[in-house]
Order: sequence, then C-alpha cells, then structure tokens
Amino acid sequence: MAENTHKLEILRGLIKFKSNTQKIWGVLILLSIVTTVEVALGLSKPEALLSKFLGLKILNWIFIILTLVKAYYITWDFMHMRDETKTLRRLVVWTAIFLVCYLLFIVLLEGGYVFDVYDTGYMKRDF
Amino acid sequence: MDNTVVSTETEGKTWGGGNKPLNASYGKMMMWFFIVSDALTFSGFLAAYGFSRFKFIDSWPIADEVFTHVPFYHGELPMVYVAFMTFVLIISSVTMVLAVDAGHEMKKAKVTFYLLLTIIFGAVFVGSQAWEWSTFIKGDYGAVQTNGGNILQFVNAEDEHQVALRDFVVADHDGRIAHEGKNGLWYQSEDTQPTYTIEEVIKGLESHDNVLVRTQIINEEGEKTILSREESLKQLKDNGKIVVEGANLHVNEYGTPLFADFFFFITGFHGFHVFSGVMINIIILFNVILGTYERRKSYEMVEKVGLYWHFVDLVWVFIFTFFYLV
Repeated sequence: MAENTHKLEILRGLIKFKSNTQKIWGVLILLSIVTTVEVALGLSKPEALLSKFLGLKILNWIFIILTLVKAYYITWDFMHMRDETKTLRRLVVWTAIFLVCYLLFIVLLEGGYVFDVYDTGYMKRDF
Repeated sequence: MDNTVVSTETEGKTWGGGNKPLNASYGKMMMWFFIVSDALTFSGFLAAYGFSRFKFIDSWPIADEVFTHVPFYHGELPMVYVAFMTFVLIISSVTMVLAVDAGHEMKKAKVTFYLLLTIIFGAVFVGSQAWEWSTFIKGDYGAVQTNGGNILQFVNAEDEHQVALRDFVVADHDGRIAHEGKNGLWYQSEDTQPTYTIEEVIKGLESHDNVLVRTQIINEEGEKTILSREESLKQLKDNGKIVVEGANLHVNEYGTPLFADFFFFITGFHGFHVFSGVMINIIILFNVILGTYERRKSYEMVEKVGLYWHFVDLVWVFIFTFFYLV
C-alpha cells in the first residue's frame, strides 16, 4: 500500500500526528485516560451523579457515553475505519446501530414491564 | 438494444475479477461482514442481560461487591483486576495495529515482533479470565438460599461488612456423605454437599449477636438491605432452605442465579473469541516467519486477523461497562 494513505488527525483535527505509529500511541493514551476515568468514577461513585436522568443514573449515562467514545476510537483508528470509504463505514456502523437500538428498545421495555408485574404484587417472590 | 449492449460490457467488468467494491478487498469485506454479524450476536447477549437486570432491577447483585479479588493479594480491591484486564487487551490491540502498520512497510522483523507481543498479551488476558472464573466459582463468603430462590448473606453488625459462613458457623455434624453412583443405584448420584447444614447456620446466627442478615433488595441509598437482629433470625428460620457456597449455573452466593449464568455465558463466549484469536494469530505468525507474505508482497492477511482482534477488544469494552461498571 502506498504511504500516507492514513488520515492522521483525531478529535476533528484538534490533534494532528506526524506518522501512523505516532497516531496509534496517541489513541492508546486517549483510551487509557478514558478507562482510568471510568474506573475512578466506578470506585468513588460521586453523590452528585447518582440522581436519575431518563430512567438511568447520570453516572451510568456517563459510563455508556465513555464506552461509545472508546468504541469509536477502536473502530476508527485501530480497525482503520477512518481510511475506508464513506459507504463502507455507513454500511457497517448504521446497520449495527439501528438493529442494536431496536433490540434494546424492545427487550429493555419488556424487562421493565416484567419488573412491574412482580412489583405490583401479582407475583410473590419474598418467601 | 443499446441498453443490452452497455449492460453486458459492465457485467464483464464487474464479474471479471479483481474488482474492489467500496475500495475494500474481498477478504477485508468478508471480515467486516463477519464482524457485523458477530457484533449483533454479542448485542443479543448483552441485551438479554439488560432484560434480566431490568426485570430484577431492585435485587441485582452489585458488581463492585462481587469482583473484588486481585491475585497474590489478600483483601479487597474492587474493579482493579478487571481494569488491568481491559488495559492488557487495549495494549494488545495497539501492538496488533503496530504489526499491521509494519506490514504496510513490508518490515518482516517488526511484524513478527509485534504479532508475538499481541499473542502474549492475548494469552495473559485469557489466563486472567480463567483466574477470575475460578475465584467466582469458588466464592468466599457463602450464603443461604430461601424457598423463593432469594439469597441471604451475612454481615457484621458494626462495619456492615460481609461475614463468611466459616467465621460464625460450626460444622458439628459428621457430614452427610454425597451419594455417588457406585454406592447404590448406579443411575443416581448427587452434587457435592455444602460444608454446613441449614440448621448449623441458624445455630451459628443465634449464638453470634453481631451477625445480621443482608437481603438482595437494594434500598434507596443503592445498598443491599440489612435486617434487624429479630428479622434476621426470623427470615433465616422461616425461609432458609439451602446453604450455597460459590457459584454454578443453578445457584450462586452473590444473588440471583441469572447473574452467574450471564457471567459464565457472556465472558465465556468472549473468552472463547480471545482464545480463537490467539490461535489464529499464532498461525499467521508462523506464516510471517516462513515468509509467506513476503513472497505474496502483501501483509494484508495480518490486517484481516487484526480486524478480528480489534473486534474482540471492542466487545470487551462493552462487557466491561455493562457487566462491571453500570
């Protein structure tokens, strides 16, 4: 493959790397920071983040967003999605995102419903 | 007529071979197909986990209290070991991508070196997971399961820290011997017997004033409910059914059996992927050393297994969040 086919910018051009190798180390540092933040939050569980937002604790929303950030960099830079054509990128990403969102919507809603059935006393569990 | 002629010409170009739709080679495209479908499989598992968790939202085990062990260290460090495993897998992804990069530059020695590192990190990860499984299966505190299938754990009244059965229960029975096929009806046998009987646990609780029962129910502060002394005794006497030590697919001392089932299933399936990845990497490493790709003048095969390897890392990132953090 010809040289310089890699796109060497991350964070929308905020950080530019000189070579592909350098970019890889840069992404590693980014992923490590994100993981460290996650573990630190998971251990300390700050009081302020335990209130609920859209049915989930704010802390859990933060975890989910940080996970998606990590997933983005793994796919874009390690799996070289950044260098693929726009169509291939969209085919892979949107197919998965659409189906996963659909599945989660159905399954989690149903889970919540089953909980309510138990909770409102139609089913006895505490014996 | 014109149309027919034109389409025949295009057909010749399209199916004549050497065509790269979306600028991706056949192999890479197929790897992406596989990755998308495998991603959906894992999503199915994690969604099922989500379903069960929402179903038991007020009584699901708290991961911080389950995964607290670190090898060679006595005491509790929640999450630290899993964070280490995550880090190992990310590092292995980095060495893999470095190997791919070296492949683009046709540097055989560098590819070999980085691929070897990837294999080592992968093996470290699988080993860590095996250790985590064995710790999980062994358990350390023990608990009592009620008639309704709920788990009652025991805590110290002062610091509300969990107490192991062995610290307050005395085994004074001779030990009912597990029935094995060789001792009677050959087609009947039973599982290993717990160290203590339910009566001994009740006696132990009665004689230790500082031990209380903790139920599965999560209270408003996000902690498991601890019963008062009288309630503890009542709950254990009325509902206690079997003593549970460690975890298997039927019961576990951490809470609802589903928790252990999903743990085994999801991390097991992921671990199997890592194991396969290590095997595939080893095969590719041999090919690299033998110079196969040097002769082929392309290290694309390294790139393809690299895609798979990164995918395994990607899945772990999600498992880490949904199993250990959230």
